Amino acid sequence: MSQSRDKSGGLKLIEIEGGPRTHSGHRGLDHEEPLIFEQGAPESTGVDLPEVGDFTDRLGGLARQGPTGLPGLSEPEVVRHFVRISRDNHAIDMAMYPLGSCTMKHNPRLNEKVARLAGLAEVHPLQPPETAQGALELIDTLAHWLITLTGMPAVAMSPAAGAHGELCGMMCIRAALDARGESRQVVLVPESAHGTNPATAAMCGYRVEAIAADPRGRVDVAALAERLGPDVAGVMLTNPNTCGLFESDIVEIARLVHAAGGYFYCDGANFNAIMGRVRPGDLGIDCMHINLHKTFSTPHGGGGPGSGPVVLSEALAPFAPRPYVIREGDGFRLVESEHDPADDGRAFGRLKGFHGQMGMFIRALTYMMSHGADGLRQAAEDAVLNANYVRAGLEDVMSLPFPGPCMHEVLFDDASLKDTGVTTLDLAKAMIDEGVHPMTMYFPLVVHGAMLIEPTDSESKASLDEFIALMRGLMADAAAGDVDRFEGAPFHAPRRRLDETRAARQPVLRWRPPAPAEAAE
Amino acid sequence: MSVIKFTEDHEWLAIDGDVATCGITVYAQEQLGDVVFVDLPDVGQSFATGDEAAVVESVKAAAEVYAPIAGEIVEVNSTVAENPATVNEDAQGGGWFFKLRIADAGELDGLMDQAAYDAFVEGLE
Repeated sequence: MSQSRDKSGGLKLIEIEGGPRTHSGHRGLDHEEPLIFEQGAPESTGVDLPEVGDFTDRLGGLARQGPTGLPGLSEPEVVRHFVRISRDNHAIDMAMYPLGSCTMKHNPRLNEKVARLAGLAEVHPLQPPETAQGALELIDTLAHWLITLTGMPAVAMSPAAGAHGELCGMMCIRAALDARGESRQVVLVPESAHGTNPATAAMCGYRVEAIAADPRGRVDVAALAERLGPDVAGVMLTNPNTCGLFESDIVEIARLVHAAGGYFYCDGANFNAIMGRVRPGDLGIDCMHINLHKTFSTPHGGGGPGSGPVVLSEALAPFAPRPYVIREGDGFRLVESEHDPADDGRAFGRLKGFHGQMGMFIRALTYMMSHGADGLRQAAEDAVLNANYVRAGLEDVMSLPFPGPCMHEVLFDDASLKDTGVTTLDLAKAMIDEGVHPMTMYFPLVVHGAMLIEPTDSESKASLDEFIALMRGLMADAAAGDVDRFEGAPFHAPRRRLDETRAARQPVLRWRPPAPAEAAE
Repeated sequence: MSVIKFTEDHEWLAIDGDVATCGITVYAQEQLGDVVFVDLPDVGQSFATGDEAAVVESVKAAAEVYAPIAGEIVEVNSTVAENPATVNEDAQGGGWFFKLRIADAGELDGLMDQAAYDAFVEGLE
């Protein structure tokens, strides 16, 4: 079903499955919403601006000569547009969102309430620090929680997201090696690590080499030990890894890396599985970023921004980027440059404008303080319990590449779909019809047709039971040869199956106005 | 008829004198699914065995294509860069990636022939 407009701009009557045709093209509350650029008119506006009188152009001839091309709409038209298109999208506020490794947990409304307190919401990063003591204390308190939870001596607060945190950690490692006068060239990344890890290492100028996973889905320690040497700057490992498994040899891995003179980066994207249970500082890691937007419940996946503070070992802490908050006398202040008497000049520089994602700091600290240490521990335990409940509910009809128990997410492969004619992609599309967001698919690459399911601690037993039931139903349909409901899926979404191949081969990356000839007709 | 060799990373080489034409195997393109992007090396670049020489991206994954043997690039197939579907349609023919001037013919002995590669793929299923 699709809407089309005739040449006069009117709506054509269109066929709608399962009901009479509508004159508007809409289906009840399900509106067919055009792009905002296809609405309104450039000359109309929602604001009443006075006419510009005589003025002197001080732009040196660079003033805009023609219209901006922005659509002109009234405020209600704009509000309706964005509300309508938001209804076409999945969201954690609508239904379960078991997207593996993304930790789509509920964003508590208390976080939002606190972030909107005027004293926090209206603080500006350029106001004098003596007038922003509460904000600086909040950053310092959050840093204290992160240090305590991870058992690490220091934290860099400014990185703006997970991959930015990785970059910060790897730049600390590079700075530490530079300070030692060493130019190690290689970073080792296990196959079970997050996909961003190799990109980060490459961006820092390192050559990336992969380390194989062993048959248990964990790092092959023997292969790692064999490869370590004087050319290896460090190892980047994700724990728990993207197979949803705890890297049980992590202490030995840390010992081996350090013995070879390298540093040990741990991707903390999955810290939500172990917070309150395991302190990364006790495992021998040198740095780890923490996704506040995953583990500590701040919005992401369209609701962001993210925030990725990095905890650092004694060896790396001196190289952390500026600015940072220090306690001085009865108050707090920011150290912003190497000329500050509190700074020893070893920081690798500045990573971000201003001081970090303040709005996310507020939400994350609210989550921590409202849960307390025991509540955070329980959140981790519930995340692991929920993933194992899903595993136990599905393992007889889906196939596990690695035996359980798992951590906060469960990885299936597509062996159970073999010879059914249904692929991992088809199954994911059918899940859209069932009203849940699909799991992560085809990642990690270490298993065939991967399906990575992370229910998070947000889901109740009733919600998990419903999910397990729908997945069992779909697997039964696949086994019974009902290929049509998969190949055609999704049937009930605002749009049917998209042509991903054509979208990638011939991407249309921006809207362009219709050609003048067409527009004139 | 030139000699065809294979690697465990699912690259194929057709050897013609001191030049090897390289691409990814039919099995590799099946596993990747629809190929949407190919990044080729520059003519004149030299690679050691196992160096990343090209990148292939599909709707499912991005993968490196390694230099199966050491050598210098003498020609690249702009067809696969312009029309990546060629890799799916004719992986071991018109979908070739690059031609290498073979640095050490002795390296070829370490690669698999068709029968050995078929058995290797069978073992993966």
